[in-house]
Amino acid sequence: MYNSLTFARHVRGACAGMLMLAAAGAVAAQTPQNPHPSQSTPPPQPDSQQQLRDEVDRLRKEFESVRDAYGLRLAALEAKLTQIGGAGVPPPVEQPPAAVPPPTAAAAPPGQVEVPAGAAGAGGPQGALPVYGGPTATSKIFNPDIAVIGNFLGAVGRNAVNPAPVFEMSEAEASFQAVVDPYARADFFLAFSPEGVEIEEGFITFPTLPWGLLAKVGKLKQQVGKVNTLHAHRLPWVDRPLASINLLGGEEGLADSGVSVSKLIANPWIFLEATGEVYQGNSGVFQSHQRSDVSWVSRLRGYRDMSESTNVDIGASFARGHNDAGPDFHTNLFAVDATFRYRPLQRAMYRRFLGRTELFWSRRDQEEGRVPAFGMYVSGEYQFSRRWFAGARYDWSERAYDASLKDKGPSLLLTLWPSEFSQVRGQYRRINFAEGVTSNEVLFQLLFSIGAHGAHIF
Amino acid sequence: MKKLTIVAALAAALAVPAQARAAVKVITSTQDLASLVTEIGGDKVAVEALARGYQDPHQVEAKPSFVIKLHGADLLVVVGRELESAWLPALVTQSRNAKIQPGNPGYLDASRTVRILDVPTGQITRAMGDVHPQGNPHYWLDPANGRRIAKAVQGKLSELSPGDAAYFAQRYADFDGRLTAAESRWKGILAPYKGTKVVTYHRSWSNFAEAFALDVVGYVEPKPGIPPSPAHQLALTEEMKRQGIRIILVEPYFDLKTPNAIARNSGARVLVLPPSVGGVKGTEDYIRLFDYSVNLLAAALKTATVP
Repeated sequence: MYNSLTFARHVRGACAGMLMLAAAGAVAAQTPQNPHPSQSTPPPQPDSQQQLRDEVDRLRKEFESVRDAYGLRLAALEAKLTQIGGAGVPPPVEQPPAAVPPPTAAAAPPGQVEVPAGAAGAGGPQGALPVYGGPTATSKIFNPDIAVIGNFLGAVGRNAVNPAPVFEMSEAEASFQAVVDPYARADFFLAFSPEGVEIEEGFITFPTLPWGLLAKVGKLKQQVGKVNTLHAHRLPWVDRPLASINLLGGEEGLADSGVSVSKLIANPWIFLEATGEVYQGNSGVFQSHQRSDVSWVSRLRGYRDMSESTNVDIGASFARGHNDAGPDFHTNLFAVDATFRYRPLQRAMYRRFLGRTELFWSRRDQEEGRVPAFGMYVSGEYQFSRRWFAGARYDWSERAYDASLKDKGPSLLLTLWPSEFSQVRGQYRRINFAEGVTSNEVLFQLLFSIGAHGAHIF
Repeated sequence: MKKLTIVAALAAALAVPAQARAAVKVITSTQDLASLVTEIGGDKVAVEALARGYQDPHQVEAKPSFVIKLHGADLLVVVGRELESAWLPALVTQSRNAKIQPGNPGYLDASRTVRILDVPTGQITRAMGDVHPQGNPHYWLDPANGRRIAKAVQGKLSELSPGDAAYFAQRYADFDGRLTAAESRWKGILAPYKGTKVVTYHRSWSNFAEAFALDVVGYVEPKPGIPPSPAHQLALTEEMKRQGIRIILVEPYFDLKTPNAIARNSGARVLVLPPSVGGVKGTEDYIRLFDYSVNLLAAALKTATVP
């Protein structure tokens, strides 16, 4: 306390000293005569008087800013002193979170605002932020991270069954992400497409629950396998595999309003995560006929590093819900996925390989009886230089409504990354449709993103 | 007497695991931070870094195995300034660890008290490449910033483990002394090359160049995060010939093909310099990182400046 007081006095002293210095400087600047007799400059002309006046103004401003800065620091010190004095024996109330930095020259130059401790969220703003317009500055600081990703598609070739237009601005995905409060963060992904606007996902995440739990509430992509959870711009292909079209409810896939809770199962060997989810019951293959017709998803995911550059990721999912055949009919989905990744740490920018396969079993009850359909894909993507990737995929899938109908075919892909924020991709795709026709197409994709730098999902 | 010795030995044996259990578990995003935490925390902390020193810290994969490490952490120390923004935030959210969420006491952004360079002014756009709006995140390569980070770590560890505050303060004083001595040694070694112009691959060396009075006049990358184009390569080669630049500094995680080509055509020399602890053999801690870099650089500059 004594030290603080002494320091306060020093600051006051320094302040007063500066005042005098500045005053002296101002006087000296205004004096028309040259104070140095050794120099023999003529008396100042009107021009240089203007310069002097400017100089005085500049000094005054400088002095005022110094005075203001010291005033603020003095006020803070005094507040602290009264706090210490008033608290008496018990120590002062717990300090605000230590992430609030001391005002240092590097962290917050004058005219800048610090992002509040709690707001420095995932990928969010950190440190000093420019002040845009005084009183409204805080509203901008608390704005979520915003990004828009454009997905432009093109197609040439022959496809009699499911032809895509030659050009299509297929989707603009807008994302808004921020911390809600000390207990939660929120992520919104709105998809603007030729069909309209849709909440692709929109959920709140509670990362600070006890017992190793993580809960998400909102509209979510259901955790059935891997490809179903990926947004269009995160796919390693232009299209989705036939199995996800035939068995997981088409392009949109399984996404619904509900609650997802996952838990880390601690063990010394692998990363093991169990997820349980319950949904309204209206998505892709599921249809709810009354309020109690919810759909359920459960998933177990295991992951292990084989070495520092290779790892294996394996998951099994089960989903059950009512379907569109009627209130008494269910669809059960079972999925297994396996992923192998290779990415040498030191050459991470230039080389990587991702191999993945997913198997889906659909058991759909309908008037004619149960339809057991199976579908799968196997895919690989190899990065061979900083900007180039080559990939291949093979699809094989029966249809959920009629397992005697099978679609299958290979794809070849070439992808270019001009930068982290844009991507050009071409895909040759051949499909042998169950109807007996074959399509031969080349699909193109241009992805481009603006705005905040979102973290990637692994 | 014998009995007493046995009892004492038993007590010591019991005390060791008890002490080990009490250690503050710290996860850092990079090995540089891990080294500084070790300097301050000593045996009162258990430190582990997520990214390896020979890895580009921008390009780390958000592996689920990191989630397990973060789950058990008492303290997470990050470089900040958006260096880890592509991979760490999602891991922290998934960690299911309330302590280390940003804003909570177990989260320390090491950049809050250091000197930051290259803070962009005016309108910034992605046309400038992958710019860091919060300034250059490679700030740990200035020993003065290393000291500031160590101080911040000391404060944070003392807050989390108040009983060991004196221990941390003593370790900080010791580190400060060693760093100060080393700093004057490094500055002495590089003093003859003051103002030497160099070219670097990425903007990793701004703080290093400032601390040791080097002059970075160009980059192999045309813009941060943008791979070199032939046109830029040609322009840089010409510029280096014109200015007589003899050294190109390259981080160990970049491909050497382009820097080598530029060096061949301009008469310069490529020097692979680790920007991080653990980047190459012989850089196992913060002070040894500078020892290694300064000696390598001095040797290269000595031969490069001899006509």
